[in-house]
Amino acid sequence: MATEITVGIAGAAGDGLDRVGDTLARAAARLGLSVFTYNSYQSLIRGGHTWLRLRIGEKKLTNHGDRLDVLIALNQDSIERHVPEVASGGAVLFNTKLECDPDLLPKGVRAVPIPVADLTKDLGRLPPVMQNTAALGALLHLAGLDVEVAAEILHETFRHKGEEIIRQNVGTLRAGYEHAVKTEKPLDFKWKFSRKRRPVVTGNQMIGLGAAAAGCKLYSAYPMSPASSILHWLATHSEKTGIVVKQAEDELAVVNMAIGAGHAGIRAMCATSGGGFALMTEAIGMAGMIEAPVVVVNVMRGGPSTGLPTKTEQGDLNQAFGASQGDFPRVIVAPRDALDCYEATVEAFNIAEEFQLPVILLSDLYLAEHRSTIDADRVSPDVKIERGEWANGTGNGRFRRFRLTKSGVSPRARPGTPGMMFIAGTDEHDERGVLVSDEHTNAAIRRKMHEKRMRKMDEVLKRLPAPKLEGPSKAKVTLVGWGSTHGVLEEAAARLEEDGITANRLHLKYLYPFHGRKVKEILSKCKRTIVVEANYAGQLARHLRAETGIEAKHVVTRYDGEPLDPDYVVQRVKDCVAGRAQDLKVQKAEAREMAYHYIRIHLHDEARPARVSKGAKGRHGEPVFDVELVSRKGKEPRGRLVIGRETGAIHAYEEQGA
Amino acid sequence: MTIMKDAPERTIKDLEGDVHPDWCPGCGDFGVLKSLKEAIVELKIPSHEVLVVSGIGCSSNLPGFIHAYGVHSLHGRAIPVATGALLANHKLRVIAVGGDGDGYGIGIGHCLHAMRRNLNLTYIVMDNEIYGLTTGQTSPTTTEGHKTKSTPRGNVEKPIQPLALALAAGATFVARGFSANQKQLTELMAQAIAHKGFSLIDVFSPCVTFNKINTYQWFKERVYDLDAEQGYDPTDLSAALAKSLEWGERIPLGKLYQVERPVYEDTEPLFRKGPLVDHKLGLDKATFDELLGEST
Ligand SMILES: Cc1ncc(C[n+]2csc(CCOP(=O)(O)OP(=O)(O)O)c2C)c(N)n1
Ligand code: SF4
Ligand SMILES: [Mg+2]
Repeated sequence: MATEITVGIAGAAGDGLDRVGDTLARAAARLGLSVFTYNSYQSLIRGGHTWLRLRIGEKKLTNHGDRLDVLIALNQDSIERHVPEVASGGAVLFNTKLECDPDLLPKGVRAVPIPVADLTKDLGRLPPVMQNTAALGALLHLAGLDVEVAAEILHETFRHKGEEIIRQNVGTLRAGYEHAVKTEKPLDFKWKFSRKRRPVVTGNQMIGLGAAAAGCKLYSAYPMSPASSILHWLATHSEKTGIVVKQAEDELAVVNMAIGAGHAGIRAMCATSGGGFALMTEAIGMAGMIEAPVVVVNVMRGGPSTGLPTKTEQGDLNQAFGASQGDFPRVIVAPRDALDCYEATVEAFNIAEEFQLPVILLSDLYLAEHRSTIDADRVSPDVKIERGEWANGTGNGRFRRFRLTKSGVSPRARPGTPGMMFIAGTDEHDERGVLVSDEHTNAAIRRKMHEKRMRKMDEVLKRLPAPKLEGPSKAKVTLVGWGSTHGVLEEAAARLEEDGITANRLHLKYLYPFHGRKVKEILSKCKRTIVVEANYAGQLARHLRAETGIEAKHVVTRYDGEPLDPDYVVQRVKDCVAGRAQDLKVQKAEAREMAYHYIRIHLHDEARPARVSKGAKGRHGEPVFDVELVSRKGKEPRGRLVIGRETGAIHAYEEQGA
Repeated sequence: MTIMKDAPERTIKDLEGDVHPDWCPGCGDFGVLKSLKEAIVELKIPSHEVLVVSGIGCSSNLPGFIHAYGVHSLHGRAIPVATGALLANHKLRVIAVGGDGDGYGIGIGHCLHAMRRNLNLTYIVMDNEIYGLTTGQTSPTTTEGHKTKSTPRGNVEKPIQPLALALAAGATFVARGFSANQKQLTELMAQAIAHKGFSLIDVFSPCVTFNKINTYQWFKERVYDLDAEQGYDPTDLSAALAKSLEWGERIPLGKLYQVERPVYEDTEPLFRKGPLVDHKLGLDKATFDELLGEST
């Protein structure tokens, strides 16, 4: 079996998790290991709870997984929350300032306190975030990873800050490492390191890089999570990538600028999340009408409305289909992983220019923000750039910009070219661009122009590869998904197979135009089709029905903001097969999480939830959980929270002795 | 922009679109169109270097009536479309045009931000104090008390003062014209187009069909020429602000304000290599490796 470890780092926003997580991820990647990280955080700049998981393995990892081997806890709260999740054979690392109640430790899990202050007393006054670095040092020993690689990364990271800072950081890392060497036997992880360096990237970064490789020249944006990191990456690298980055006043401006730029002859892109995309829709229809290329990225987050700004969802498929009034040619593509973000972005620009239409890339927070290793050999700047047909000649001032052609694509001219003047109008127009909308009626021209534009969709479809079934050709269940869930479904299928349920997969990247006939052919041979998607309504399932007439047997959904993971999918698929309904009541772990939030807001973080049990019936009109709260120090009873199992309401806080 | 000194003589005829304007006879927009063509001819700008971008409205139909490049975009979005085109090719002479509803109503946000961005963009607003195309509803510049289709008891909202807003937002050229004063309007347009930076010309352009209050006569009784004003200094912001708020019995026409300020195009390092449309596409291997290398 390939070796694999999942490290969780938990603390508050502002505790410096990102830096330590980054060092660990890059160290593992330099050893040639595969890494997949996912950070679950809340909309807070400081405080709250942040939970970063890093899954590291010898085999290629396609998702963040669902287990925990080693916990690095940066505050008391994190120890209490996550210690119970650590798997046997693992460990919990924490500064000796904190306490780990032995009662919390699962069997076979070691507590590893690190006396950070003692270990680093010779290094001068250190900021509190240095405890992370000491813990990282200890972890490297316990997990059998190479401390030298991490030291090398810290050297590089702090080079610009001078020798003293480097000495402190590397010194702290080594102090933590050596302490662990002296006091702890390593855990049972044996690795083979290929030491083939792998880049650790996010989907958003790969969209930025893909845009640069494709020759994008203008990126316009208005900040919105989780799309903003594209803006940040491109703004930082503007001169190197040759992309002008412009933050505009709103998403209306953003998309209209990109379309204006596309019309004038450059490749332009913009990105946003669902709310911003909603504002962009009228202009997306304009791009279809004036036949201007544009690439619009919607990095989806939990909706509706402002929704869940820092949580993931695949809830905007319907919005992408329905964006803007009337029928117009559009292409919708959902990349499946970080590498695919690169390829899909390059392809999006080619399609947008060749067919002169808007291309919508649907990503999501999970894909945008998780970090994973990619094989550097599989990405290259040597990409095909296809700019479509351009008219030559002078046009003699009577250029037919929207000439009726078989393919629907009319050669275009760059404004500024002598003799090719034309007007691009959003009103219905003729081949020359002259409006027909204010004629008494011109049904014939309207029909011809409309048909010409829509014909492009047939041409696009011919160019898009048809989806293929992955896995065994015969299987008990067929999982159908789209976009970022590819890796989760791949692993879920493998686990289902281990549990005696053979599964194959159909993953859809090109959602519009749609290979309906091909998909129908595939699915009509499948025994039990289960659509899996991260939204409430089953938007892909509905699309399948519309395009193929096939009704999936089951739809597995998730809309609680957390990403799908293999275990979740396996359990739900088993529910489907067994004819069980999903238990949507408030779960014990969820009640505990709600208690933590209550404690932070109302009890100044001075208590923690102890036992969660089913409460007495009758008083609150629904079954309840009783969450016992005890004081952090001394574990004295503080009171009891009563949480409804149907509604999630906090019915009462009963203070001890009150 | 190219202002060609020795270019072949161009005439208004070269700019004639092959569609005759379908505005109502007497509409103020005819005068605006004529002045715009005259200004382009006067500046000797080849018509293929001109891109006229409009929104939606009667006035926004203008690009269809001039033989140049044009985008007849969405209601309120002329400015961002024009901005994108300008960023793509800052050698183009980009002129945004539209109505008071388009620019000061639905598009006011873009309008103000474009002013502070100081792009080399000219914006001509055909201000008729009404929504013409939609048959006569109140607009952001409609006079208080004016009974329109949507305000049958009279407009109760205070009209905005676009020139004051422009000055506050940082526009570097602010002027007002009147479509019946053809000579002055042409001159203002030529100056605005030649100006380096954002220029706004608000033009009184009467809607003879739906605005029975702000008629040619109404304007004629009130407007006066700033040029005739002794000692008026168009680089003095406070003086310009005072003039921009003057309304009622006397309304100034002419150039209220003009200053030089760095244009956005000069601050963008990538423009030093010429317009983006002429840049090479894609990444070379060394840059690509460097970018990806940051993540190892
Ligand atoms: C998003 C949107 N809302 C509304 C309209 C309808 N509409 C077209 S023109 C217009 C107002 C035009 O007024 P103005 O810009 O002053 O131009 P005018 O016709 O007076 O020249 C409106 C509301 C539209 N086309 N698009
Ligand atoms: S309705 Fe008014 S603005 Fe429109 S064309 Fe007629 S006169 Fe001009
Ligand atoms: Mg108007």
